[in-house]
Amino acid sequence: MSSGSPRPAGVHIPWPAHPGRAGKNLSTRLVLVGLVILLAWSYQGSAVRLGELFSREGGLQILAYIAKLFPPDLSTAVLREATKGTVETFAISFMGTLLAVGIALLVVFFASRNLIFSGLLYEMEAKEQWRRQALRFIPYLCAKGLLNLLRTIPEMVWALIFVFLVGLGPFPGVLALGVHTGGVLGKLFGEVLEDVDPQPIEALQSTGAGRIQILFYGILPQVLPQFISYTLYRWEVNIRVAAVLGFVGAGGLGQRIHIAISLFLENQLLTLIMAIYLLVTLVDYLSAYLRRKAI
Amino acid sequence: MNRQGLSSISKDQKSLFPYLFALFFGIAFIDSWRRVGIDPLFFFEREGRDHLWKFIRGMFPPELSWQFLSLMFQPTLETIQISVMGTVIAVVIGFPLGILATRTFSVSGILNEAELKGAPSRFALRYCVYFCARGILSLFRSIPEFVWAFMFVRAVGLGPFPGVLAIGVAYGGMLGKVYSEIFEGVNERPLEALQSTGANKVQTFCYGWLPQVLPNFVSYTLYRWECAVRASAILGLVGAGGLGQQIEISMRMFNFHEVLTLLVILFVMVAAVDFVSAKVRSTL
Repeated sequence: MSSGSPRPAGVHIPWPAHPGRAGKNLSTRLVLVGLVILLAWSYQGSAVRLGELFSREGGLQILAYIAKLFPPDLSTAVLREATKGTVETFAISFMGTLLAVGIALLVVFFASRNLIFSGLLYEMEAKEQWRRQALRFIPYLCAKGLLNLLRTIPEMVWALIFVFLVGLGPFPGVLALGVHTGGVLGKLFGEVLEDVDPQPIEALQSTGAGRIQILFYGILPQVLPQFISYTLYRWEVNIRVAAVLGFVGAGGLGQRIHIAISLFLENQLLTLIMAIYLLVTLVDYLSAYLRRKAI
Repeated sequence: MNRQGLSSISKDQKSLFPYLFALFFGIAFIDSWRRVGIDPLFFFEREGRDHLWKFIRGMFPPELSWQFLSLMFQPTLETIQISVMGTVIAVVIGFPLGILATRTFSVSGILNEAELKGAPSRFALRYCVYFCARGILSLFRSIPEFVWAFMFVRAVGLGPFPGVLAIGVAYGGMLGKVYSEIFEGVNERPLEALQSTGANKVQTFCYGWLPQVLPNFVSYTLYRWECAVRASAILGLVGAGGLGQQIEISMRMFNFHEVLTLLVILFVMVAAVDFVSAKVRSTL
């Protein structure tokens, strides 16, 4: 338009319409209307009483609760218990994450398409061997399904189940974290594996390397940094979860918090919350440090 | 470069880190193993096998009577309502705090250079606000939503409302942090251009910052909503309404066939929410 012919005066030339603009506008509007309806419905359904919260009485009640939290109980017995809970929480998250990595690594190679049945590695195979391909498809489906199952059930529900299965204490917490996070890491690892750069694999294959060799020398070196990064990220998540698993009887700080809240020991509660805060911050720093070192 | 030079370079870069890391890892592993009381063979021993078998056999057939399903309808909807309202409150908390916790918005960077040069008291004030906002956000998100929920149950009573507040506060902290990170990542040139035309702070914000960050904001908030649905589904374990309460009741009564039904409901609900969220994200 810039170098176009001279425009006759008084003729209005409309801007070219953005392709698909009209349809986009309509769907955006539909989404907005849906959002408003969703908000109204949720507001009346979730019994939100913000007025009450900000009223004089509600405000005073909350202030009174906060005032009761202070000062934190720093007697030796409470501090010792808090330290014990903190270390136990750390241990649960640590072992849980390790278990999760184990589960994910066991399953994920079956759950990534390009390693198990399609793509470059299998291109050379004769097309007639469909039976063999179908046979490979079955472990793929099973692995995917297993990861989905593990991931869908929340950690807390797993913890409830494992508390029934193995009894109270930190061990069911480890199992719950490991199983759920195993599903999550399996999915994340799988995405990384399906994204690998095919060129080194092709190069290795052309030198006559077997599939196991390709896995170790062509694929793992590529994905390892991301595997480590995802594992550290999930560890950060898990330390927060491990801190509350005790609410359903799976050990750690959560158990002590549950007791403190139930028995109205607000001063102890504040000490324990401070312990969670310290632990979470510490693990975040540690994880960031390790990530910088490893990648 | 000769070989000697190469080897000396690699020697310089070698550090104690791998050995120290292995040492700490080993200590943490052994100590954690003992502390947690891991029993790897538990499920192969008699007691473990019996429990596992009892649980799995108890789950089938799942409870599908109309009476049970209709009773579970309300908690399922309630879970979604809690997550929506919780996310709304999280945005209301996270957005302003996220702005205050953005370094380039108030404390440093090209936009504030002229204003803050030679005005240490103004700088100190702004830095103080920035620091406080960061502190509040970090406090909000470091306390898990479960603990928030438990405390709100004490403060405002049982029901969905404490669940809403818990998600609002905990996710407000997370949203605020991520919002401020997105803010700090914006391209500063349009802001500078706006400022040089004489736009004030509010104008710069509305026409410079917002258009750049909005897509990321919406997409991250939707992602958080998906997480909120999962969270609100289990917050019921401490009495904050929703499906979690039902799961806990059924589990405590050893009604495993009900547990299976509830887990399926949970699965379908989460999948539906993920689907809706993905659709909305692709529209925007």
